[in-house]
Amino acid sequence: MDAKALPYKPNPKLPRQVLPVLQPEVRAKSADEVALGFAEREVSVEAQRCLQCPKPACVNACPLHIDIKRFISRLAQGDPEGAVDVISEQSPFPGVCGRVCQHELFCEDACLIGKKFGPVAIGSLERFAADHARLAKKTLTPGAFPAPTGKKVALVGSGPASLIAAFDLVRKNYRVTVFEALHKLGGVLAYGIPNFRLPREILHEEIARLQNMGVEFVTSFIVGKTASLEELFEEGFEAVFIGTGAGLPFMLGIPGENLIGVYTANEFLTRINLMEAYKADAVTPVRVGKRTIVVGGGNSAMDAARWAKRMGSETIVLFRRGRAEMRARLEEIEHAEEEGIQFHFLAAPVALYGDESGTVREIECIEMRLGEVDSSGRPSPVPIPGSEFRLEVDTVVAAIGQAPNPTLQRVTPQLITKRGKIVVNEAGETSMALVYAGGDVVRGGSTVILAMRDGRAAAEAIDKALSGGPAAAAELPAEVQG
Amino acid sequence: MNKVLAKKQLGPEVFQLEIEAPRIQKRWKAGQFVIIRPNSNSERIPLTLVQSDADRESITIVIQAIGNTTKETVEKEPGDFLVDVVGPLGEAASMCEGQRVVCMAGGVGVAEVLPVASAFREAGNHVTALCGARSDGLRILDAELKTSVDDLRWATDDGSFGFHGNVLQLLQSFAQPGDFGVGHVIGPIPMMKAVANATRDWGMKMYASLNPVMIDGTGMCGGCRVTVGDKVKFACVDGPEFDAHLVDFDELARRNRAYREMEQRVLADHVCRIGLGGA
Ligand code: FES
Repeated sequence: MDAKALPYKPNPKLPRQVLPVLQPEVRAKSADEVALGFAEREVSVEAQRCLQCPKPACVNACPLHIDIKRFISRLAQGDPEGAVDVISEQSPFPGVCGRVCQHELFCEDACLIGKKFGPVAIGSLERFAADHARLAKKTLTPGAFPAPTGKKVALVGSGPASLIAAFDLVRKNYRVTVFEALHKLGGVLAYGIPNFRLPREILHEEIARLQNMGVEFVTSFIVGKTASLEELFEEGFEAVFIGTGAGLPFMLGIPGENLIGVYTANEFLTRINLMEAYKADAVTPVRVGKRTIVVGGGNSAMDAARWAKRMGSETIVLFRRGRAEMRARLEEIEHAEEEGIQFHFLAAPVALYGDESGTVREIECIEMRLGEVDSSGRPSPVPIPGSEFRLEVDTVVAAIGQAPNPTLQRVTPQLITKRGKIVVNEAGETSMALVYAGGDVVRGGSTVILAMRDGRAAAEAIDKALSGGPAAAAELPAEVQG
Repeated sequence: MNKVLAKKQLGPEVFQLEIEAPRIQKRWKAGQFVIIRPNSNSERIPLTLVQSDADRESITIVIQAIGNTTKETVEKEPGDFLVDVVGPLGEAASMCEGQRVVCMAGGVGVAEVLPVASAFREAGNHVTALCGARSDGLRILDAELKTSVDDLRWATDDGSFGFHGNVLQLLQSFAQPGDFGVGHVIGPIPMMKAVANATRDWGMKMYASLNPVMIDGTGMCGGCRVTVGDKVKFACVDGPEFDAHLVDFDELARRNRAYREMEQRVLADHVCRIGLGGA
């Protein structure tokens, strides 16, 4: 669309609108969503900041290639439902992505006015469009979808990678079944991401969009255990996508890590997010004491720390590098700081000590200094001899990363892996014919939106393989061929 | 959703449930387990697979109704549904052939040892089963065990049937080091620990099937971790069976106890731990 033809005049000099959030004192005691979202007034200003570039870099930078320019133009014209329609051409998850996608690394990073005026708040606009449509009870299924009748495709895991693959495949008339190991859908979106960042209704409703389109979801089904990959093929599935995520937590590897009160971030977050241990009548409890120490500097560390704080614990994040080296989103770090979470940088745990009952009581740490840049591209932490110190603690959460869950790989030796990660080519093809993989099972710990990009790429490759000629096993890089 | 096909009471608080589960029936092996949730607000609990029936496409589990979730489960009647049954989980029990094998079990462990004992026998071993109960009337699955092993012996705490004492005392009453090449033990932690300690110098392999607290059962959370030798293992994927002589049973007991206490506290007075009722 030509900017001149617009019924409004883009103006990047308008002030970048600030996303309203719950007061820190309020949210530190509540499971309610922290970000409140834009009101219409803020949207009309923010949307007009978009220049409507002829060649929008944001669209290119978006891993899903959502037509950002066009949806913002709809918002600027006061048509949020139209905006959702535009987003829905590429993604049925504007409510989820508007909240958890790291826009600052993709579309907003590419925004032309970013350097001078601060980028258009694309994420918050996406979220507004989604919430508006939701409140207006707009049917979120774009167009009428007859039940799919095509070939059967199985998607393993119901996290972000599979969800977008399901969307793409069902639109091409494939009969898609998503198999989930847990009893709730969403994968990491359900067990990993807290309600206060992603309210569960939003997740459920956007997954329901896929159900309405004819995607079948099967919970409590572990591919590799309940059925093997081979059995899926025998049962008529013609291609399988593995999006089983990075569900194998790293342990601290220090004395005392099995003491009571010591959790991996996965367990801590699963108990709270999935099993709802934050509720007074929850049957799966979590032990949050007077003081919680969360070890790590990524998003899971922030999520765990912010839950611990909400559950009444004095909370300290212990990170072996500095604030600048944290992997967590800046927004989450700032939110955590505002909520009164303390940060102890340049320190790492060396041992945990317990009482007679085997419950953790003390943590011994060592101070670090920053040394040479390591393989992660960050200065490596170097222990300072003799700097050990101890803190009293009753809950410790290890949020130091995770590796791919090995369940399916263990029983499927034909699937080539490298350091636990399934090896794929650009199209997401694995070493097995018609078996594809993407997301964290391929990447290790990564982000929701890159998992979605993988799911989309795999869906395209699956469509190509199933609609065209015979498929062969993928050509993989020479060094990993088994 | 899995349908309950049959229910049978085996003892005062012990029930046998036959559940429709065609896929699990087809794939399970002795030593594996399922995780169930009886109702939509229930916690996830692991239960050992005991039997299956190919014609009825069913599996059988035996449950001791001691906690809230197990009680909810045994309240189910034929025709009712369990909201979730997922499995088969864990690794199958380690097998061998041509050996003299002793299987030792106490409490509901007696039900859980049944498939393992039968598998040992089918694999061509001579199988002795030592089973414990508090008293004669509380013995379970006697008939099934009898047909599945070569030598079945009972021990009762009050001496009302078989040997007067526990299964370890029973073992010690007739067996010497060298009599058995392989053993498998399942039951309460103190019993497994005692068996492990007593057989450490017997020059035999002794496996213990562990029962830590679990959530996902897929290796994702690490809540089920146990120390085996100098390694941390996840019982749900690496186990549930480990070398009994290497397991840190004290740690396992402490971790299980901590959760049991918390659960009881939650159930007893619905403590508002955090006051986050909403959302
Ligand atoms: S139960 Fe979660 S890892 Fe074993």
